[in-house]
Parts: sequence; structure tokens; C-alpha cells
Amino acid sequence: MLSIGLGHYLTLAAIIFTIGVVGIFLNRKNVIVILMSIELILLAVNINLVAFSIFINDLTGQIFTLFILTVAAAEAAIGLAIIVVYFRNSETIRVEEIKNLKG
Amino acid sequence: MENIQYILPEIFISLSIMLFLLIGVFKKNSTTLIYNLSNISLVILLALIVNLSSIDKIYLFNNSYLIDNLSNYMKIILVGSGIFVMLIGSKYIQVINLNKIEYPILILSSILGMMIMISSNDLIVFYMGLELQSLALYVLASFNRDNLLSTESGLKYFVLSALSSGLLLYGCSLTYGFSESTNFDQILINSIEFNYGTTFGIVFILVGLAFKISAVPFHMWAPDVYQGSPTSVTLFFAILPKIAALSVFIKFLYTPFANMNDQWQTIIVFISIASMIFGAVAAIGQKNLKRLIAYSSISHMGYALAGLATISNQGIQSSITYISIYLVMNLAFFSCLFMLKRNDKYYENIDDLSGLSKKHPILSFSLLIVLFSLAGIPPLAGFFAKFYVFLAVIEQSMYFLAIVGLLATVVAAFYYLRIIKIIYFDPEKEEYETSHNLGLKITLAISTIFILAYFIYPRSITEIVSKITMI
Repeated sequence: MLSIGLGHYLTLAAIIFTIGVVGIFLNRKNVIVILMSIELILLAVNINLVAFSIFINDLTGQIFTLFILTVAAAEAAIGLAIIVVYFRNSETIRVEEIKNLKG
Repeated sequence: MENIQYILPEIFISLSIMLFLLIGVFKKNSTTLIYNLSNISLVILLALIVNLSSIDKIYLFNNSYLIDNLSNYMKIILVGSGIFVMLIGSKYIQVINLNKIEYPILILSSILGMMIMISSNDLIVFYMGLELQSLALYVLASFNRDNLLSTESGLKYFVLSALSSGLLLYGCSLTYGFSESTNFDQILINSIEFNYGTTFGIVFILVGLAFKISAVPFHMWAPDVYQGSPTSVTLFFAILPKIAALSVFIKFLYTPFANMNDQWQTIIVFISIASMIFGAVAAIGQKNLKRLIAYSSISHMGYALAGLATISNQGIQSSITYISIYLVMNLAFFSCLFMLKRNDKYYENIDDLSGLSKKHPILSFSLLIVLFSLAGIPPLAGFFAKFYVFLAVIEQSMYFLAIVGLLATVVAAFYYLRIIKIIYFDPEKEEYETSHNLGLKITLAISTIFILAYFIYPRSITEIVSKITMI
């Protein structure tokens, strides 16, 4: 029977984290997808912290996770609000069309 | 609980934020009242911090909060420049119709976040401060919500800043896991022996912090956000988050990661060289003054980081002096920018400065002083800022960094001098309004005089800064 160790959790978190980062840069369609990618990054961090917290036998990591969850909710709320405000002005949230500021 | 008086400034500012929110809800048309009250509360906050400045080093809340010379000095310049930012911007936000109660409250809460960042001695506390700061800044950047450019800059800042927070957080989690603690001093003790996990942690944390300070290669948000946001918010962006991020940089490099300096030194040197060169070169073709000042701030951050790369107290002190002088120069530059007003419209392109000297000799002269100082021409304050940094860098025999820095200064001088040429030698345009509010005039006068007269008494800053020792 294969036992699941710290390495497995860290690999899982690293994979999710990479998907999140790549999702932000490769995505050409929609800003909402970027919000989801940011959420993925934060969740990867949470997996990391909880796994570490169990394996080094220290509660701080789990407390950190609770804080991150709260902040992630606030961040998503503000992000959605900004997207709504932007949509009202430009009537699009396609990433490739967000290019009024350049030079 | 007996140490509660040491965080009185933070308690005071959080209580005033809540009080102002309540006043804003229950009293109609209280915008101006709240703006003025916030300014007063910032002055009181400054007094409270100065009152604590005799403290050498005090740990609070299970060593998660640290008040020392570094945090006190940084908080003083943070809140001091906050007061001036509010003073300068008051007329602007009325003219472009941004005068809402949320504006001063958001500024106050981001200042609170920055104060927590500056004093933090624990990854969790640091992260909470950082997020309180960034959440307020996202909203501030898109505050002109009916303007396409402002909302777009808010959106860009939100995406990139949230990404950088994510990277930073991933670094924090690795650091926590491999050094088994979130406390900075404990991390320092536990990281004596080399291990790959913490190295990865450092890299991610440095990337996140470089985002916040807008250092190359993580600078891409700065020009867009500076140009798009309302000018008073740009001014805020150009000064306050940089102070907070620089002091956090100092804290991270010299407290938890002090044992691993051979690993981060190369990274910092690279970031610093890249920012100096990129900031100088990319600014050359710019037409918008706010965009130009964004590139100029990127290169200035490069010089500030050069001081940190030296791993010496002298280097840290030179960086802190640099950021103090940088903030005065930026205050002066932006007050000049706010004076380019005609018929309730603010002008922000370089062409609008054309022939300014004919009708506005005093404004042109202050702009001349500021630009010379930003370029680092000798008797002015900007020269001394660079001089201290280069002195510290050369003292550690890092000649390559010093040579690149000097060359970048020469390149950067080109675009500052081009603006001066446009002001003094190009055909003149229509006259701008000359009636400005008192706060703007006072700020411009104080900051210009400071830049001009700094060389008479340079010890005014260096003496205070020399008390800050990290190693």
C-alpha cells in the first residue's frame, strides 16, 4: 500500500499553482478566467500550508490558511466589482481588447 | 496587554477609519468634512508615531509585531507624505468629481495596511498588512469609475497585483514549511543550514516584493496604472506603497533571510541593474508625463535596491535616504503637474509644458529644480541620494553595479533635460490658471526649498537614518 507523504501534497500544490499561473498568461478570452486562476493559486498555497502544518506538527499553518481564505473572498469580491465597472465603460471583458492604455 | 500603548498609532487610525465611515453613513453631504477630518487624523497619527520614536526595539504580540528604529522612521515618512498627498490632491478630486467619502477612507486604510507591513515580524501579520494595503489600492486605482482608462488601470493593477500576492504567498508557504515557523527571527534561527525549499521560498517572496516595488522584470503594470488612475492616486502610488515595500524588502533580506545572503545578493543586483537601465531607456520616447514618471520611478527603485544589495548597514541607510529624497522630489513634481490646469481640465502631456517659462516663470523654475534633482545634477538633493548609494556600493567593491548605475544616470538625464528644453525653448501655448489652493502652493514651496537647500545641511536626514542598523 502506497502511503501519501509530504512530497505528494507538495507536488499536487505545485501542479495547481502552475496551472493557475499559466492560466493567467495563456488566457486570451475572458477576465473571469483570470479570477479563477488567481483563486487556484491561493488554493494551492492553502494545500501547501495545511500539508506542512500536519507534517511539522505545528498549528500556525492552518491558522494562516484561514486568513488566506478570508482574504481570497474579499479579493474575489473586489475583483468582480472592478470587472463590472470596467464592463460598463467598455462593454467587453475580452482580455485581448483591454488595451486602451499603452505607449 | 501592558504594551498596548506601543501600537496606539495603529489603534487610533483604525478607530478613526470606522468613525469616519459611520459619519459618512449617517450625515448627508459630509464629504468635505470627512476629507478634512482624515487630514487632521493623519497629523495626529504622525504626532503619535513621533512620540514613540525614542523606542529602540520592542516586540509585541508573541514577537509577531516589531517596533524599532527602522519601522518608526519609515512610518514617519509614510504618514508625513500621506498628509502632503491629501493636501495636494484636495482640489483635484473636487474638480474631476471624485469627492466621495470613500476616497479619504480608502487612503487611510491603505496607510494602516502599510504601517502593519512595516512593523510586521511574522509572515501572517505581514500578509494581512499587505492585503489591506492592496485591496484599498485596487479600488483607488479604479476610483474614477465612469472613466474607461481609470477602470482599465484598476483592472490591470488588480490582476497583476493579485498574481504577485499569490507568488509571494507561495513563497511564504515554502518558507514556513522548510523553516518550520512563520516568525522572522525564528526563521533566521532555523535556516542556518542550507536547504532548497527555503531558497525557493526566497525567490518567490522576492518576486512578489519586486512586483510591489515595480522593479524590472516585474514592472509591466506601473506605466499603465500610473497613466490611467486619477493623478492624485498616481501620486499616492508613486510614493506610499514604495516606502512600505522598500522597508519590507529591508526587513525580509536582513531578518529572516540574513543567513542566505549569498543566494539573494545576485538576484537583487540583477533586479537593480535591470531596473536602472530599463527605466532610463524606456522613458525616452514617452509623451505622457504620468507615464514618464512611472518609468522614472522604476529606475529610481533600481538605485534604492542597489543600496540593499551591498549587505552593509551603510547600504541600507543609503537606500532609506534615497527613498526619503525620492518622495520629496515626487511631491514637488506632482504639485507642478496639478498646477497645469485650465478651465477645469488638467493637462498631463509633455507638449502641454511647451514654452511654460514665458508666462509662468516661478512654476517653470520649480519644475527645473525638480527635474535637475531627479536627473541627479550636483548641488540638489537628488544628487546626494545617488551619491550615498554609489558610495556604499563602491565601499563593498561592487564596481560593476556602480558603473552601470552611473551610465544609467547619464541616459536618464537625457529625458529630464528634454523636458527642460521644451519648457524653456519651445513656442509658448495658452496660459494656465494661476489661482491654486494653499496646500498645493505650500507643498511645492516646501519641497522645492528642501531640494535646493539640502546640501547646506545634509545631516538633517543622514543623522536620523544612521540610527537604523540591521546587521
